[in-house]
Amino acid sequence: MSERDSDFMNVAPGEPHDSILSETVAYVVGLALALILTGVSFWVASTSALWGPGVAVGLVVLAIAQMGVHLVFFLHITSGPDNTNNVLALAFGVLIVFLVMIGTIWIMAHLAANMGPTPEMTNLMAQRG
Amino acid sequence: MSTGTEVPAIGLTHMGSEDTGLGNRGPQSKSIVVPYGFWLFVLSDMVLFSALFASYASLVHATDGGPVTSQLFNRTTVLVETMALLFSSFVCGLAMIAAKRKNLWWTEAWLVVTALLGLVFLFIEVREFVGMIHIGAGPQRSAFLSAFFTLVGCHGVHVTAGLMWIGTMMAQLWAKGFQPHIGRRLLCLSIFWHALDIIWVAIFTIVYLIGTLP
Repeated sequence: MSERDSDFMNVAPGEPHDSILSETVAYVVGLALALILTGVSFWVASTSALWGPGVAVGLVVLAIAQMGVHLVFFLHITSGPDNTNNVLALAFGVLIVFLVMIGTIWIMAHLAANMGPTPEMTNLMAQRG
Repeated sequence: MSTGTEVPAIGLTHMGSEDTGLGNRGPQSKSIVVPYGFWLFVLSDMVLFSALFASYASLVHATDGGPVTSQLFNRTTVLVETMALLFSSFVCGLAMIAAKRKNLWWTEAWLVVTALLGLVFLFIEVREFVGMIHIGAGPQRSAFLSAFFTLVGCHGVHVTAGLMWIGTMMAQLWAKGFQPHIGRRLLCLSIFWHALDIIWVAIFTIVYLIGTLP
């Protein structure tokens, strides 16, 4: 990259690309992928052909995939060198989101499991010091 | 990237000064900095939603003997809502393409369609909320329903704010035309609108689809 075009080394998130055809095609491809993933999500949730306990995990994976499609095709977050700042900010956001969600769910599930007053817990005589 | 030494002194780079201390190019232009700052806001908004998702996931079984998820949610209406918001997001992208070419009529037309699809989404959501409250499944009924109305309601409030913003931008475009600052606001609006659809993907999966699994 020469000094001359280094003015264009960054792009703003959400900024469409150059030619009108490639821009529109990008949005249409994104829409098609999002429609497919949404359709598969609703099908997976409705069918009985799949192994029950795995369905919820599959739905979460499909949702994450669809979020990726939206980020790439609608918000134009790419792996290009002009997008480094946007990607790094996104990576930090994703880190915090996962910490908050997984941390909360993990801790609260264990808290619930450990707080239930079972008969053994209420019988103080039977507990060892 | 590594231009430093091999390029003979660029010298007068920024308003005639030798070195701004911000690299030899000076700061980025407003057309980069403003949407980037808004992108940071949107990401922090997603962190806010992650907290609401976490509390919903923790409280979803705390129904206090009241209605549970599978009794309340209807997948068909959720599918219609999802389609309305997805196509709204898509049409918002078309509006941005038209705006980049400074085509006022197409930009306004696509923004109208974006707002109408957003209204369809909001109408269905409000109808769902009213129906739930009517059968005694309001936010006061149980911890699960409090968490549900907080999470989904917060998204609904964001959509409402987005609709008002779309209206404002249409008026500003009409009155002021394609000035640089109007273009930056439009870009921020499109980032906001796409982000709302991303959050909705998580809501329809975690709340509605997983909530209605057999």
